Amino acid sequence: MTGALLAIVSAIFFPGIILRVKSIASGRKGPGILQPWNNIFLLFRKSSVFSTTTSYIFRLAPAVYLATICCALMLLPFPGMPSIMGFEGDFILFAYLLALGKLLFILGALDTGSSFEGMGANREALYSMLTEPAFFILFGTLALLSGHLSMHEIFSHFQFAGEFSLITGAIAIYLLVQIAMIENSRMPVDDPKTHLELTMVHEVMILDYSGVDLALIQTGTNLKFVLYGGLLANLILPVNGGWLSANVMLFFLVQAAFAAAIGLMESFRARKKLAKNPQFIVTLSSIALIGFILVLLLTRNLIR
Amino acid sequence: MEQFFIPAAVLGSFLILVVPGKYRYYYTLTLILFISIVTSVPAALQFIGSPYIAGNVSGNSLSASLFSTNWIFKGYLGELRFTIDKLSSFFILVTNFTVITGILYSRGYLKAYAGVKNPAQFALHNFSYTWLHLSMLAVLTLRDGLSFLIAWELMAVSSFMLILFEAEKRSTLKTAVNYLVQMHIGFVFLLIAFLLTEAGTGQMSFDALPAYFANHNNIVLFLIFFAGFAVKAGFIPFHTWLPEAHPAAPSHVSGVMSGVMIKMGIYGIVRVLISVQSDLFLIGWIILVVSAFSGLFGVMLAIAQHDLKKLLAYHSIENIGIIGIGLGLGTIGLGLQNPLLTLLGFSGALLHVLNHSLFKSLLFFSTGSVYKAFHTLNIDQLGGVIHKMPKTAALFLIGAVAICGLPPLNGFISEVLIYIGLFKGLSAGSAYLSITLLLALVSLTLIGGLAIFCFSKAFGIVFLGSPRTEIKHPVSEAEFGMLFPQYLIAGLIVVIGLLPMIFLNPLINLISTEFHLEPLPIMGSLSGVFTKISLISIILIIMISVLMFVRHFLLKSRTVEYGPTWGCGSMNTSARQQYTGTSYADNFLEIAQPVLRSKVEYRPIHDDEIFPSHRSFSIHPFDIFRSILNKLTDFTMLVLKKLARLQTGNIRHYILYAFIFILLIFALLYLKII
Repeated sequence: MTGALLAIVSAIFFPGIILRVKSIASGRKGPGILQPWNNIFLLFRKSSVFSTTTSYIFRLAPAVYLATICCALMLLPFPGMPSIMGFEGDFILFAYLLALGKLLFILGALDTGSSFEGMGANREALYSMLTEPAFFILFGTLALLSGHLSMHEIFSHFQFAGEFSLITGAIAIYLLVQIAMIENSRMPVDDPKTHLELTMVHEVMILDYSGVDLALIQTGTNLKFVLYGGLLANLILPVNGGWLSANVMLFFLVQAAFAAAIGLMESFRARKKLAKNPQFIVTLSSIALIGFILVLLLTRNLIR
Repeated sequence: MEQFFIPAAVLGSFLILVVPGKYRYYYTLTLILFISIVTSVPAALQFIGSPYIAGNVSGNSLSASLFSTNWIFKGYLGELRFTIDKLSSFFILVTNFTVITGILYSRGYLKAYAGVKNPAQFALHNFSYTWLHLSMLAVLTLRDGLSFLIAWELMAVSSFMLILFEAEKRSTLKTAVNYLVQMHIGFVFLLIAFLLTEAGTGQMSFDALPAYFANHNNIVLFLIFFAGFAVKAGFIPFHTWLPEAHPAAPSHVSGVMSGVMIKMGIYGIVRVLISVQSDLFLIGWIILVVSAFSGLFGVMLAIAQHDLKKLLAYHSIENIGIIGIGLGLGTIGLGLQNPLLTLLGFSGALLHVLNHSLFKSLLFFSTGSVYKAFHTLNIDQLGGVIHKMPKTAALFLIGAVAICGLPPLNGFISEVLIYIGLFKGLSAGSAYLSITLLLALVSLTLIGGLAIFCFSKAFGIVFLGSPRTEIKHPVSEAEFGMLFPQYLIAGLIVVIGLLPMIFLNPLINLISTEFHLEPLPIMGSLSGVFTKISLISIILIIMISVLMFVRHFLLKSRTVEYGPTWGCGSMNTSARQQYTGTSYADNFLEIAQPVLRSKVEYRPIHDDEIFPSHRSFSIHPFDIFRSILNKLTDFTMLVLKKLARLQTGNIRHYILYAFIFILLIFALLYLKII
């Protein structure tokens, strides 16, 4: 549970850092680090407006979305400490839990009967479908290299794979960052700050949510970021630590650096044309495939 | 027991035809329950490995005959041997459950036809339904080739009769005949395979297969069997009957056909695989490739469909693909002598057989309720069904989440078994095996993602939003009689999802027995895996409930407002502006362009057309294999037409043909060719 608890703690400052980095990069002073959470708590205190077109699916979706992310957090290991919930193949459950949340979220958007939200839901479904192979090939590669199937064992054995871990690690970090960006509907595929509903993915899907439900969704989105940040930390951090060691500080550092990197990427990178997005996402799978073949070549002497 | 049961069941089925209409349904229900109970008891005992059926039953003769798994029926022409081994027992239980839920559902569903169809048609329908049940049970228990083939044929004919229920529709008639023809192509493959067995061993039976495989080429015979069973199972490219036949049949029949009848093909493949002795690696590889292809192509075509039942039918092909990936993995495991892969692959495949029979029949039943209420299944015309039929919508959603393989429901359990197997296999053999398995892995994830895409379309467009066309008649929720069997199925789906080990333990036992595997240490770790999964699933459900409660608690004291959906500033948005199934699938179809073609009929607006007139737009998905098949049949028709010239109708010509034939025989004899 260490990983989950630390990730939840880092979720407190994570969205604030992204906002702050973005505002500094664009020459503004920017809000305080805790402002995003203030907004969320404000939403929790508000009432809701529901569309008359919606049904119970619309009300169920935010709860499922948040609950799946919380359950996925429970699977997050911490370097050097086996997670209580980890098991052989836990990353499959991890990916499928997130997919369940996404399905309900998509249905929640479709429940409003709005053409904009239908558009967003459709794009979200397409992008997440295209992203999934990259995630699985990445874990296939790591499993092949480490010879294990639980996230804790994969990450801890991965670092002793010799010089291979360096090059695979680079590919893995790149992929994880990009997957996190796509899964959270951030910059290269989606711009949460655009003014036009037509061009958005995530933001357009929550157009009709208000009050408590919106707060649940935003909590979920922030937790989803630290979830992927936690995976990155596991990949990078050394295994020798334990509770109360330097690893805890390093964990926070990785999360902060990840947030800062997202802020910088969002400030200096343009959003892709929507029609080009599938191409970009499929490229990730091909990079993952190259990584896999590379590992095969190196470890198994494919060419004899 | 068997001397009494078999004549009773057969005679009972014929009595359906004469029972008065008022009692017909209850009579059929009783008969099917009777057949199910009598076969389920020994099957269940066999499946859980009860000591009662160990062969040496001590005790009175009644219990011995009740629990007997070897039935020998002595008739006038000879004897029939019915054997319930572990493999059959599993399939028998699956079959009985789905057939019972189907007959329960049919009562409400067929009420709509009460004024349209005459009693004889209903009697024939119930009669065929019972015979589909009986023939499936016979297929699962008969080992002898000839009687197996007869049972197989009975299954095809009875399901043909069931599809024909709405025979007044021309398309249904055509579909049914197409189905019957394709079933017979499969039948020919099976016949050839059994004849080869007989030629090799002198015995035409599944029991002779080990002897045949020990001395002959394994691949050839397996592939012939595989082709025969694949037509039934719906592996691509043998699937073309499936997306036509399922939508044409009444919904409870579609549920039974898709849920269990096509699984007879899987049963056959496993039954043959048990006996295969060499070349296992290559066979596994072939199954894996065909299955991955079927799975991917099936789900891609499903996305393109506009008819909800056709969409579900293509999903059957997808799920058969998933089952096949499991079988292929298991066979590769046999080839590598890696019992772990065998166990994971086969248990995943067999569990998926059970799972698919549950969620697919659930989906077909709830779709049938929608059809009964709205008289259409065109996705683009429906919408907002959830407001009229909230319970049916919830049931469909449960089926959809399960078929997408998402936790906490049963589809996830079988897929995770196959996933773990594939991941374990990555480092089990040569580098080429790793690449093959990785590609299977990629197909499986893509299938999962595409299924989510497809069911977000199916559920989102049909059940959510507002109605896309005006409904002129009153619509109400399906009656309890139709919902009840669906609750049963949904309950079982949840139970398997939350407590998988109850079902997995006997399955693992089954596979170890059938494939002669030693008890593995993996059992412990596997139960550890599934304990964790069920723990997290339960936590997930608790967490959702808590969040819903918190939400309810927070909103209780506040004034909640209701209004129209936010139209981004536009005040009068109409229901026709909503996303339709076609527009939802559009961006995917664009990416999938190279493999998925669709025919678009649309007249574009020209620049000089200032006031565009009325236009229509239609898009038809296009199954490549269907058109290949059409080309083949067209070619055959052409050749046959040319040959028809021989048939002049003139008796003298026919005498000439006979004369030429005799001359030919003489010539061949003279030249010592024959």
